[in-house]
Amino acid sequence: MRLGSGSFAACCVVVEVLGLAVFLRGFFPAPVRSTSSSEHRAEAPVPEPAAGASSNWTKLPPPLFSKVVIVLIDALRDDFVFGSKGVKFMPYTSYLVEKGAAHSFVAEAKPPTVTMPRIKALMTGSLPGFVDVVRNLNSPALLEDSVLRQAKAAGKRIIFYGDETWVKLFPKHFVEYDGTTSFFVSDYTEVDNNVTRHLDKVLKRGDWDVLILHYLGLDHIGHVFGPSSPLIGHKLSEMDGILTRIHTSLLSEERKALSPSLLVLCGDHGMSETGSHGASSLEEVNTPLILISSSFERKPGDIRQPKHVQQTDLAVTLAVGLGLPIPKNSVGSLLFPVIEGKPMREQLRFLHLNSVQLSKLLQESVPSYEKEPGFEQFKVSERLHRNWIKLYLEENSSAALLNLGVKLRRQYLDAIRTLSLSLSRQVAQYDIYSMVVGTVVVLEVLALLLLSIPQALSNKAELEVPLLSPMFSLLFYLMFLVLSAIHVIVCTSTESSCYFCSLSWLTAAGVMVLISALLCAVVSALSEMFVDGKLQRKNTGPSNSRWSELDLLILLGTMGHVLSLGASSFIEEEHQTWYFLTSTLCLALCHEIYRNCFLGNCCEPGLGGAVVALQDEDAGKVHKSHTPLDSLRGSEKWMALASPWVILTCCRLLRSLNQTGVQWAHRPDLGHWLTSSDHKAALSALSAFCLVVTFVLLQRRCSRTSRVAMALGLLGVYCYRAATGSLLLPWQRDKAASKGIVEARFVYIFILGILFTGARDLLKSQVAAANPKCKAVGLWEMYSGLALLAALLLRPHNLPVLVLSLLIQTLMTSFIWKPLGHDAAEVTVMHYWFGQAFFYFQGNSNSISTVDVSVGFVGLDSYMEIPAVLLTAFATYAGPVLWAIHLVNFLSSETCRGPAMSHACFCYALVCSFPVSVYIILVTSLRYHLFIWSVFSPKLLYEGMHLLITAAVCLFFTAMDQTGTRSRISS
Amino acid sequence: MKDTDIKRLLYTHLLCIFSIILSIFIPSLFLENFSVLETHLTWLCICSVFVTAINLILYLVVKPNTPSKRSSLSYKVTRFLKCCIYFLLSCFFFHIIFVLYGAPLIELVLETFSFAVILSTFTTVPCLCLLGPNIKAWLRVFSRNGVTSIWENSLQITTISSFLGTWFGAFPIPLDWERPWQVWPISCTLGATLGYVAGLIISPLWIYWNRKQLTYKNN
Ligand SMILES: [Zn+2]
Ligand SMILES: [Zn+2]
Repeated sequence: MRLGSGSFAACCVVVEVLGLAVFLRGFFPAPVRSTSSSEHRAEAPVPEPAAGASSNWTKLPPPLFSKVVIVLIDALRDDFVFGSKGVKFMPYTSYLVEKGAAHSFVAEAKPPTVTMPRIKALMTGSLPGFVDVVRNLNSPALLEDSVLRQAKAAGKRIIFYGDETWVKLFPKHFVEYDGTTSFFVSDYTEVDNNVTRHLDKVLKRGDWDVLILHYLGLDHIGHVFGPSSPLIGHKLSEMDGILTRIHTSLLSEERKALSPSLLVLCGDHGMSETGSHGASSLEEVNTPLILISSSFERKPGDIRQPKHVQQTDLAVTLAVGLGLPIPKNSVGSLLFPVIEGKPMREQLRFLHLNSVQLSKLLQESVPSYEKEPGFEQFKVSERLHRNWIKLYLEENSSAALLNLGVKLRRQYLDAIRTLSLSLSRQVAQYDIYSMVVGTVVVLEVLALLLLSIPQALSNKAELEVPLLSPMFSLLFYLMFLVLSAIHVIVCTSTESSCYFCSLSWLTAAGVMVLISALLCAVVSALSEMFVDGKLQRKNTGPSNSRWSELDLLILLGTMGHVLSLGASSFIEEEHQTWYFLTSTLCLALCHEIYRNCFLGNCCEPGLGGAVVALQDEDAGKVHKSHTPLDSLRGSEKWMALASPWVILTCCRLLRSLNQTGVQWAHRPDLGHWLTSSDHKAALSALSAFCLVVTFVLLQRRCSRTSRVAMALGLLGVYCYRAATGSLLLPWQRDKAASKGIVEARFVYIFILGILFTGARDLLKSQVAAANPKCKAVGLWEMYSGLALLAALLLRPHNLPVLVLSLLIQTLMTSFIWKPLGHDAAEVTVMHYWFGQAFFYFQGNSNSISTVDVSVGFVGLDSYMEIPAVLLTAFATYAGPVLWAIHLVNFLSSETCRGPAMSHACFCYALVCSFPVSVYIILVTSLRYHLFIWSVFSPKLLYEGMHLLITAAVCLFFTAMDQTGTRSRISS
Repeated sequence: MKDTDIKRLLYTHLLCIFSIILSIFIPSLFLENFSVLETHLTWLCICSVFVTAINLILYLVVKPNTPSKRSSLSYKVTRFLKCCIYFLLSCFFFHIIFVLYGAPLIELVLETFSFAVILSTFTTVPCLCLLGPNIKAWLRVFSRNGVTSIWENSLQITTISSFLGTWFGAFPIPLDWERPWQVWPISCTLGATLGYVAGLIISPLWIYWNRKQLTYKNN
């Protein structure tokens, strides 16, 4: 089967998008989530089960503790308390653990063992997935149900001192707080003193119900010096002293108030042998959890090993302890020793509450919940419980009743354990199988693309896709059988719960067919290349010209960028990479122009315009001179000489418009200066100027109707921004800001009009093939329609980005690419680089928080999902998209060069899919990295979105190419 | 081309490297608290002076290019003045390029400019010594196949490697290692110096290995 290289590339990217989607589904497993979680209705508590006559106990049981103090020590490993270090440096805590009124556990933290998700797990009892971070895009605040939310709703007063993360996660939850920042890892004393300094006052005051202290010092010591440093011991004894202080103060308070209080000592995650955390080694996962209260009875001489529990169990225990409803998404099970001292009826009531909450969550997250063993156990226990209550109400306590109760309690505990296990398995791990399937698809496509470079970039721009050869079919069937066998084996093994297995058999088989077909294609392409290479080596001697400096730069830059994705700081500061590369590109172009201008004619007078130099014999000596700048007239020649510098200056200006990234994000920039309310007039003038220049640059090649529409549309853009209050109109002062819906819709109409005229012109050019100009106009109109949309959606201070991109494109087209005669591949890569740079010029970065979600509401009354998502995606990727569409325009205006468009499409696909493919391998190998959540995962999402956009662009390319070839053939 | 030429080239280059090493160690004898990283600006100035001086001395001693016919004093003086102006211009030129590459415009002006000076020292000064203030000759040397002697060839190599060193020197800046040498423009100046030194070492070796293939028009 023969395919044009453009359509081949488009197909490849589409398949790659599918592969990436499977990978992403495996990388970000959907979290277990109660569907009603967003509403937070106050539900009536579940009453005690009763048969016949209703039980009179429908309210929640009263709190077990009047006060709760949570001391969270960051990176507290279990052996720091329970091991030899604990005995040595934490004598008081060890005493409490061994002899005091305390229950101690080893709480297991689920990876990623990083502070923020661990705090979430402790307070919500759920296992947060990365999807949560995406879901609440702009605010890092935790929207889920949590113990703190319940406590606040119940009117408890919460005080917090410590890591700022809490304040971000739970804004407005604390009556008093002091956040310390964990930014300076080298500070390990001040950061803790800032917490401790409040302690005396707060303990004396006692007007609070919950006190949370989060100490960061230990974690910082771990990061800098490692877990075996002597500083750890000092820090531990400091912490022990603090615990002593709190405990004695609580005890003296209790003596007055006569109601017990609870002191919780826990860690959010452990510390590996090198002192870092994030992965899933035992040292990072195991943390101590100690509950101290005078209500816990302890027989003397009762020595217990700390039991292994889950970190998520704390939330439900705290909720029960404070007499609050259990957080809805909690997957934890109640720590039974806490309620052990209570009467049997209360114990059963607590267990019932916990199991009801878990089974509800199970019902909402698992479709076939009735078959789950935990659910069946729960139903059985509930029935027994009902009988037990009946007996209890009929006759007062007796030995038989107690025996029955103990049996029922065991039943309940079993049910809760099973339920909690099956719930936490839903999110627990990366779904490796799906990830592997996705990676295999993506890599095969990339291999296919790479192998077909020589064919696809040949003059014919066509390639043979061997779909029906005999070798192919044998290998194909073999592969298919092997893959299906693997699939069956993986999916029937009991442990796994992968997404790919939950797909229907037909879909899975389809993916298998795809994988094996791709593999066969890769193998045949390889063998063909091998044979071809041998033939060529025999036939022709050393042919091919040397690479120009520009080609070298392009290749090295692409490789360098891909390699840089392995380092978290290079991902955070990716904009620097692109700015650096585009500046270098400009300088390289500058060098080329100057050489051409001053030396092109004097050194090699005979080689004017010799693209034939490609085939010249002595490749070493030939100066591959491009068509020189002779064709330009005097003033234009000067423009050509100046244009690289103009472009460089523009880029430098744009660079200081929006500071992004992490390290230098706080630097003052022009964008902030413009958006501050003092400079509204300047911003208005700038925007007006930008809109005018946009019009001047865009109208050149439009038809007359769209020119008028463009002018009106741009006017509308200004009116829209004026209506929303971000710009000034000279004739109306002090107008209340509206949503500007009318104005925005006014602009939308013109955008649609322009796009429609463009599409009509394109269709016309297809029907009446003789008119190539019609097609150029049509394409340009599409382009200007999108530019108008970008002008509407971009914030006013970002309008210079749009204008300068148009300006740079114009300069590049008329003074660099056309005169120097770069080939389609080079022009494509340059477009891609500039597109990437403009992505960051807009103020984007690789963290989710810079996505401007407000774009989704432009011209819309209420939130409508599909338009909002489309608009946000377009506004975020406006730079790359506009550059890509400009590429189509540029190449289609050069009608003489036949396969340019398919070459460009192929190169674009290759250049975009190369980083993605390498990145998913990187991210898989770094999945236990400390920054996997904060840096690598958001970047993965950005890459996925970028690939999707690329697929759309490539399809557009192919469509344009098809119309192009058809008109070429028929003319 | 003779092997003696290459030998001379090697010796001059070794002297240049030696001058850079001296610029690191000699000042610490006279100045207190001198270190390359902490008193970076001082080191930059000293290094620049040392390298310029050694280049001038070598130029006067070795005289690699054929002496021009006119050798009147006034001609020499104008030539020298022209060289000074060219040097200054190149400093400003490099400064502008650094700013275009993203160096801060207002803060750290002195640092950026001294970086421009040291880069000019590594690239422009040898060019001026060898080719004189003659833009056309410069362009010829730095376009492909334009060199006419081993001196020009080595000039090409050292200049390009200093530029490359500067270019690669910018890479560690975004990394979050919080090392003192990651501060602008230290990593770049160090990169430029290393690149220059590498160019000085590589160029005689490269010319020696390729002496069979190299044919110069004027030789
Ligand atoms: Zn932590
Ligand atoms: Zn840490």
